[in-house]
Amino acid sequence: MIKIQLPVSAEKIRELKAGDEVAITGVMITGRDTAHKYLVETAGEDVKELLKDSMIYHCGPVVKKEGEKYSFVAAGPTTSIREEPYEADVIEKYEVRGVIGKGGMGASTLEACGKFGSVYLSAVGGLATILARSVVEVIDVHKLDEWGAPEAMWVIRVVDFPAVVTMDSHGKSIHDDIAAQSKANYDRLVSGD
Amino acid sequence: MGHEKLTESFLELIRRASTTLPPDVEKAMTQAIELEGEGAGAASSLALMLENAKQASEGSTPICQDTGALLFFVDYGPDYRQKDVEEAAKAATAAATEKYYLRPNAVDSVTGKNSGNNLGATFPYFHFEQRDEPGLLVRLMLKGGGSENVGAQYKLPDGNLKAGRDLDGVRRCVIDAVYNAQGKGCAPGTVGIGIGGDRGTSFLCSKEQLLRDLGDTNPDGQLAELETQLFEELNQLGIGPSGFGGKTTVLGVKIGKLHRLPACFFVSVSYVCWAYRKAAMTVEGGEVTYD
Repeated sequence: MIKIQLPVSAEKIRELKAGDEVAITGVMITGRDTAHKYLVETAGEDVKELLKDSMIYHCGPVVKKEGEKYSFVAAGPTTSIREEPYEADVIEKYEVRGVIGKGGMGASTLEACGKFGSVYLSAVGGLATILARSVVEVIDVHKLDEWGAPEAMWVIRVVDFPAVVTMDSHGKSIHDDIAAQSKANYDRLVSGD
Repeated sequence: MGHEKLTESFLELIRRASTTLPPDVEKAMTQAIELEGEGAGAASSLALMLENAKQASEGSTPICQDTGALLFFVDYGPDYRQKDVEEAAKAATAAATEKYYLRPNAVDSVTGKNSGNNLGATFPYFHFEQRDEPGLLVRLMLKGGGSENVGAQYKLPDGNLKAGRDLDGVRRCVIDAVYNAQGKGCAPGTVGIGIGGDRGTSFLCSKEQLLRDLGDTNPDGQLAELETQLFEELNQLGIGPSGFGGKTTVLGVKIGKLHRLPACFFVSVSYVCWAYRKAAMTVEGGEVTYD
């Protein structure tokens, strides 16, 4: 298990290899469909500093509000591939060092990881209760009223958030490997007339 | 049963569906852990999923943050009116959202505005069947967006898949859909398949299959055989839990059939993630039971 403290440098991120298990501690931000479109189409001034050398978590949490204080009740990853049209631009523009989600991403994100020093990390899908417990503090939230709780950008402090590097900055993607292996099995199963 | 008590019963049904893994799913995952073998990455992923479900159940928190779309399948006797049942279910849905059993998930498709309480056009969704016996049987499924996105509908014949208008054609479509899903729908999933119908009823048929017990046997012999064959073949794809590889790609395959138009032959595939949230309640007189 490799410990990652946020903020983190591109050099440190480049040391990571696909398959590495990590535990992330520090401040990161959630962002999914609406946030990615927003980050690409605007200057994203409200979150620019937060994203630099930090990570973006593809997550639409269940959030509890007590008084003025928010906390995460359930917070597993959402499917990342929907952000593929935006992610490479987000990594470049905001100097994001890690993207956390599930299911993997495509060629343009993989290329951006190599070019700018970033990684894609998989959290186990559906691990909502366990992952919510590693979110120790909700520091702030952006666009809550406008976008609603799932889409809002939540600024969170995590301690030992568990994830696996599945796309590294050296061009290796475990998702591509599994897809290629399963394609061979697929061809065998549907071959023949 | 009066509105207030019925609303309370619906609230409990929603809580159970969101926070408790059904026993048949837990059993299938436990068997999958044995199959993967101790020490395998796939086995430890599955064990983590079960641990998450246990913690969710203990704390009454959602197993998955995507509490999905609510689909109520209601069989109702002469002592109930659809409208009353709907009103109670809607009131319970809003209450469940306030209690954090549900994430607010109903988004206006044009304005992008989240309604905040899971109420909206077809939120929740109801399917009513009238019956002669008094009382209610309500089956609820919470269907998450990630798994919904990997569903697919095919129109046979399909030249690319070499899929003709027969059960082998159906088999090819299902393998194609699960291969394309990879780990995006939170494998290991359960696959519901609808053969025939029109486009709409075909998809509904595929979803209704997901209400079946994982351990049941299809009463149609040919479909039962295809379910067994597909279960084995899909698990040979090697996609595995979370899409990280392994012997467990699906937990179950359930197939239903409808009549079709001569010109149409649809095969609809609905995928549900490992966090397969379903619950049922029976109302008889003043008594409510859950399973």
